[in-house]
Amino acid sequence: MSPIVKRKRESFRIPSKYLLLLLTTVCIFMMAFTFLTDMSTAPLNKVVSYVVVPFQDGISRIGSWIFQRVDELGELRLVLEENQELRKQIDELTIENTQLQQDKYELNNLRELFALDAEYSGYEKIGARVIARESGNWFHVFTLDKGSEDGLAIDMNVIAGGGLVGRIVDIGPNWAQVNAIINDNSNVSGMVLASSDNLIVSGSLELMGQGLISFKQLIDSKDAVKIGDKVVTSNISDKFLPGILIGYINDVEQDSNNITKSGTLTPAVDFEHLEEVLVILELKQQIED
Amino acid sequence: MKRNIALAFIILISFALQTTLFQYLNFGGISPNLLIIVTASYGFMYGRRYGMVTGFFCGLLMDVFYGDVLGFYALIYLYIGAANGLFHRIFYHNDITLPLLLISVSDFTYSFVCYVLLFLLRGRFVFGFYLKNIIIPEIVYTILVTIILYPLILLLNLTLDNMHKRGDRKRA
Repeated sequence: MSPIVKRKRESFRIPSKYLLLLLTTVCIFMMAFTFLTDMSTAPLNKVVSYVVVPFQDGISRIGSWIFQRVDELGELRLVLEENQELRKQIDELTIENTQLQQDKYELNNLRELFALDAEYSGYEKIGARVIARESGNWFHVFTLDKGSEDGLAIDMNVIAGGGLVGRIVDIGPNWAQVNAIINDNSNVSGMVLASSDNLIVSGSLELMGQGLISFKQLIDSKDAVKIGDKVVTSNISDKFLPGILIGYINDVEQDSNNITKSGTLTPAVDFEHLEEVLVILELKQQIED
Repeated sequence: MKRNIALAFIILISFALQTTLFQYLNFGGISPNLLIIVTASYGFMYGRRYGMVTGFFCGLLMDVFYGDVLGFYALIYLYIGAANGLFHRIFYHNDITLPLLLISVSDFTYSFVCYVLLFLLRGRFVFGFYLKNIIIPEIVYTILVTIILYPLILLLNLTLDNMHKRGDRKRA
């Protein structure tokens, strides 16, 4: 029997204004309780998710299957045209490929020298699929199909396509929730790779539509930071592992205080089309108080 | 009784659809607010009490999954459901203008409250931007979905109510 039925039966006797008052009190009490006691909603979440997650998973699978079929039909004509162009490109690419292989050899050598990068590819990772997004339009939070049973934990870093996506903020046995770095309430301590200058990368709903993230508090007295410079997570960040690529500087402006600079950067990850992500199974070392 | 079970299913399915299918079907990153449609519809169809309970559970579902603080969305939806219940007296089944109007006003109120509490209080003052890029598109999309979804909810409820009445007559 659903809890709604019970509530309704009780409410037959309660006048609706008292019911309103009662429910309001319940809400305020819950808000105060979760806010003040810092208790997580995890146990409740766990119970409800056993009902809702299968729904979401099923609809998500059916929905994405239908959209793939529709897309395929629409793209068939384009594909035929593209096919001819691509054949031409194959010849060009074969030549380019040879050159790139030489470059790769060189890159491998450089990697060995570059200890930071070696560390970055040395993390143990696990793949996961995005099955749902937050229901509102204000924040960019999404749900993964793996949870604590697969070895994930809160604060683990999530990457995709070589760049930082966000970190796990909430977890259940078979799901995990990721807060993206482009989110309005997200701040990441970053570092310009070329000059090792620290900065704060903070998401912004205003810039999300243009595919950008803002950054601030960049101290760059030598004017060394240029457009296109790589920004990675800094080693002083308390949640993010060092040396993960965040994005590339898009523009830099001097702040009115003449000490710091701010601007925007282009993220390395395509947040519009996230389907598969990698979760790094290593947590940043925490200093115990 | 049947209506309550149907309501539980409608809430669950709307929530699942809103978080999955409509995230694929988004226009420029905006997806419609199905839970507002359900809350408002039950509010003006069956009165304040139904609106409140529906709103409360819709909001609670959002809180459990995506809220920072339990009870925040529940409170907003609760009052939207209750407010819609006030219009129960002037609601007629064959009139679609009132539902559309109420749902769009509800969605605007919801978005506006969200903006004030989640953004304005953190010093995001550019209301025009949020109005143009989030609130208005969400309302327009929600209304488009309402035109399809609302008759379905109405039909389901009318069928259930008729079954109920017939059952009563048989028993009598």
